[in-house]
Order: sequence, then structure tokens, then C-alpha cells
Amino acid sequence: MTAENSFYGPLEDPAGDAGHREHPPRMGFFTDTSVCIGCKACEVACKEWNGIPEDGIDLLGMSFDNTGMLGASSWRHVAFIEQERPLGRQDAGLADLPVGPSSTEEAEEVVADALEVARRGGGDLGTAPVDLGFPSFDLPGAGTGTETRTQFRWLMSSDVCKHCTHAGCLDVCPTGALFRTEFGTVVVQPDICNGCGYCVSGCPYGVIDRRPDDGRAWKCTMCYDRLRDGLEPACAKACPTDSIQFGPLDELRRNADRRLAALHEAGVTEAQLYGRDPEDGVGGDGAFFLLLDDPEVYGLPPDPVVPTRDLMSMWKHAGVAASALLAVSAAVFVRGGRR
Amino acid sequence: MSRDGAVRQGRGGRDDDGGRERSMVPRATFRSYYGRPVLKPPVWEWKIPAYLFTGGLSAGAALLAAGADLTDRPELRRTARVGGFAALLASMYLLVADLGRPERFHHMLRVAKPSSPMSVGTWILVAYGPGSALAATAEVLPAAVRGTLPGRLLRLAARPAGLSAAVFAPGVASYTAVLLSQTAVPAWHDARRELPFVFTGSAAASAAGLGMLTAPVAEAGPARRLGAVGAAAEIVASRLIDRRPGLVTQAYTTGRPHRLRKASEYLTLGGAVTALTLARRSRVAAAVGGLALMAGSVLQRFGTFEAGVTSTKDPAYVVEPQRRRLQAREEGRDEE
Repeated sequence: MTAENSFYGPLEDPAGDAGHREHPPRMGFFTDTSVCIGCKACEVACKEWNGIPEDGIDLLGMSFDNTGMLGASSWRHVAFIEQERPLGRQDAGLADLPVGPSSTEEAEEVVADALEVARRGGGDLGTAPVDLGFPSFDLPGAGTGTETRTQFRWLMSSDVCKHCTHAGCLDVCPTGALFRTEFGTVVVQPDICNGCGYCVSGCPYGVIDRRPDDGRAWKCTMCYDRLRDGLEPACAKACPTDSIQFGPLDELRRNADRRLAALHEAGVTEAQLYGRDPEDGVGGDGAFFLLLDDPEVYGLPPDPVVPTRDLMSMWKHAGVAASALLAVSAAVFVRGGRR
Repeated sequence: MSRDGAVRQGRGGRDDDGGRERSMVPRATFRSYYGRPVLKPPVWEWKIPAYLFTGGLSAGAALLAAGADLTDRPELRRTARVGGFAALLASMYLLVADLGRPERFHHMLRVAKPSSPMSVGTWILVAYGPGSALAATAEVLPAAVRGTLPGRLLRLAARPAGLSAAVFAPGVASYTAVLLSQTAVPAWHDARRELPFVFTGSAAASAAGLGMLTAPVAEAGPARRLGAVGAAAEIVASRLIDRRPGLVTQAYTTGRPHRLRKASEYLTLGGAVTALTLARRSRVAAAVGGLALMAGSVLQRFGTFEAGVTSTKDPAYVVEPQRRRLQAREEGRDEE
């Protein structure tokens, strides 16, 4: 409890810090998004194994991602981003071929513009007439098509609970329902949770949430039941490209460093590790990522900090305010005498 | 203004201004995942800001009651004790009803966890409650019971009980600020230095309002002075929040939270001025001023609460400050 860096800063052994004496090595996920193909097998496997209820079959109208974000009933979430930018020095091999995007430049512009200003982010497309730029002075088919072609890339990333070294949700839980397992992961005990909702606001990543019809908080357990039986979590097991790697965190960190170096060498200079650094605001993540753009593009906070960092400072301020209240309450009786 | 304007443009895709003409200011000053929020909004509903008020009211009233008890002001003592305990009962209801599983409220009592302000607050309330309950019960004993042995014992215990409640009352009034600050909610976490003063000031003002409303003018002098000081503290601390540098302050200074807090400021200021002037002579003016102070406290709590909720729903409040912090670190500057 009082060990140095219990609340903030690098911490070698979170499970030991939580009181586990003989415990296995810290386990984690390394999600290498450069090989993610967006198949969502992880989302499905997670739902199947953990018996998570359906959470709305919605079409979000923004991309192939219709899960939106992690939540009480989505413990894996595959983000999908389309960008006008090549991947590293990648050559799509289309440079001199007379093919282009399926739409005209005008149509593309209209759609792109409408997507940006549309109230429903594109969900209302097709409900009103759009100007496709006709009539035109150019003969139809006058261009070769190459002039309208754009470079683009798809980013896909399977998001999950980060199982932080310093977990905001765990720190604020008032019932002890959230606990640190012997594997260094963070798990909610559904038989203890009374649905106070504090963890929801304590998480700097917006991962954990309360299930409305059930009243309790839920999130990824890193398949605690499977781990105890020596199995890998369902999502990692199901991942067909090994984008989701599971193992001892030390090993994953070494793999990730090697992979990052290889990508940089191959010219993918935008590749970066996220949550790898034990010096960051949450003491490093148990589930970390290799990203191909800034974290916020994937819906991740760029520099999350565990709120517990400021615990002492906040109580000191509250202490001063409380003392002032006591002093003033006494003073108003003394000063006025018996008026 | 130009920077703020650009930021507002950046997240103006779906504002509620309807068909307002969009200007040519470059849109995005931060990037996000389709403009979707990074954080989960708090699952707490109106019951939590309502509790922030009733809890503060109860704590302030306990302090007022103890002072009235020691300086022989029986009417102020009686109404403050009874009002304070009634507010505590309301608090208990609000806190339990807001749980996802209310029948499991007692799970809060299975651990004492210093890292969780909610756990600390639970135990502060456990220590505070019995004193408040005992003192209030002694005030409302039916005449038939007063003379009996248990009745006399209870009345004897009322003073120590009231004093014990007063000892824990400042904790009750201030822990809620830490409760809100120790979250990832940008507006609450950013205001962590000012919030305790807003909340204790607000607690003092509301309890003073209760005293002015229910006690006769002759006895309510301390309540009027407490109201003035509490209101001043609340207004100054909340103004300091409005002046904090950075984007997150906008959660307080725009939209509904801003309107709530502005209204709170007018009511609190009006109540404080009344307390210092008219309320010294007129019972009616005292009642009106007292109500204004209490209403100001309610709106302050709801305004602060809603500012936090707003700041989780817009990714700008999360991404922009963090990106700025990263940039500062890269450039070797130390921000925060």
C-alpha cells in the first residue's frame, strides 16, 4: 500500500504490489495494428466466450466499424479508419494503369463535403439531391482516370482494456469489486460490484462502463478464467493474423521493440508504440499497441494520466478548505457575541 | 478568440446552432476518431449533484447547530439539527438510489480504501451520521417521552452527539470535491484545486440559508455572517475556475453549465447581500435571502456536475490538452 510508486510512476510488479506473493509473470496483450485486417474475429470470440449480451445492432454510418467504442458489452472493438495517405513507401502498383477510384472527382468531393457537415455524419446521404457537376464542358470519358486517383490506406486496430499498471478504475472502486489478479490484470467481480459507477469516470481511456439493464460495471477480464487454466484469451486465440499477441509482458515488449525497428527500417516511419512506456501517465499498459498514426486518430487519448496521481494534493486542498469551514463556523459565533 | 473560434469550429460539426453559416476557419485543430468521445460520460444522473447539495447542507447545518448549542440559541439549534438530519436522510436516499444495484449498498462497507474518495466518504458519513441522528431525535421528542429516563438520557447525549457531528461535518462538506476531482473527467480533474473551496463555501452558504429561513432574526446572526462568508468563498473560488487557462475551462464558461453557474452566482450574491442588510431586521427578507442562498448552492452543484459531463462528451477536451502537454514535453518545457 505504501510502497513507492504505488499510485503513480514506473512499477515493476503490480501483482506483487497488490499483495500477491507467489505469482506468475505479468501477462498482457500486444496488439500490432499493422497486421490487423479488420475481420472482427476478436470481437466475436470475446462475446462468445464471455457470454456478453448483444448491445444494439446499429449501423453507425461512418465506416465498417459499427461497434463504435468499447463498453460494458463490447470488450474488443475494431476501429476502422480510411485515410488519403499511402502506408509507408508502399506502392499500390496502380501508377500507370488507366484505373481510378470508382467515382468521379466531383462526386467524391460532394460526398466528402457532405460527410463532414452532415448532421448524422453521413447517415443521411442519399436523402437529398446532390450536385454531381453535370453538365460539363469536357466530353464524358475525356480523362484517363489517373488524374482522379488518390493514395489511400486503411487503418484497423483492435482496442481493448489496457490493464494499466496504475488503473484509475481499480483505485477508485469503493467496494473492492475491482481487483488486481496474480497475472497483473484488472478484473471486476460481478458478485461484489454494486454499480456505483465511479470506475466509469475513473478510467482515462473510457473503457469500463455500466450495463444499463444490469446495473453493474463490466470490462475485459483478459479471460481470467482461461488464464487460470493456462489458455490464451479468446480474442488472441481467434486472431488470424496474430495482430493480437498474448504472453508475458516482458516478452511482448521485446517483440514490439523488434517489430517497431523492422517497420521503421521498411520505411513505415509513422509506426509508434502506444502504452509500452513504463514511465507514462499510467505506468505503462498491460495491453499495448503498435499504431500507424497518432493515438487520437484511433480514439485513444494521446497522453492519459491516472487521476490517482494527484490524490495527496487533492486531499491537501480539501483539508485546507475543511479547516477553513470549521474556523469560519466558529468565528461567526464568537465575533458576534449574543446578537 | 481566433484560437478558441478555430477549436469550436473544429468540433462544430454537430453543434445545435442549426443552420448557422460555417466560416472558412480551418476546421480541425485536433484529430479524433470520427468526432466520437474518448471518455465515457459519468453514469451518475441528477441524484449525485442533488446529493452534493444535501450533503453540504447537512454538514453546514451540523456546524451551525453545534455553535447555536454552545452559545444558547435554542431555535437556531433546533432547526439546524432537524434540517441537517433531514438533509442527511435525503442524501442517504439519493446515494443508494443512484447505485446500479441499490440492494448492494452495504458492499461499500466491506472495505476501507484510502485510494478511493468514495470509500473514504462512506466512512466519513458513517462517522458523521449517528451524531446528527441523535441530536435531531432529541429535538423532536414528544413531550410524553421527554420526562422519562430514556428521554432525559437522550437529551443529555444531544450536545456530545451534535459536537461529534460537527467534528466530521467539514469532512462531509469537502470530500465530495475530491470525489469529483479524482476522475478522468477533464473539467473536474482540472478544477481539483478550486473545487474544495467551491463546495465548502457552497455548503456554508446553503446551511446559513436554512438558518435564515427557519430561525428567528434575533438568533440567526451567526447564520447571516456564515452565509456572507460562505457565499464569498463560493463565488471567488468558482470565478477562479472560470479563469483557469486552457481549453477545458470552456466546459464551465459555455452552454448550460455556464448558465446554471451564472444564475447560481446571482442568487448567492443576492442572498449574501440580503444577509448583511435587510435580513437583520425583517423575517421575510431573511427567508427570501435564505432561499436564494440555498437555490444558489443547488445551481452551483448542478452547474459543476454538468460541466464535467459536457467535458467527457467532446473529444476536444481530452485530446487537445493532452496533445499540448506532449508537445510541451517534446520541446523540453514543463507544463503541469
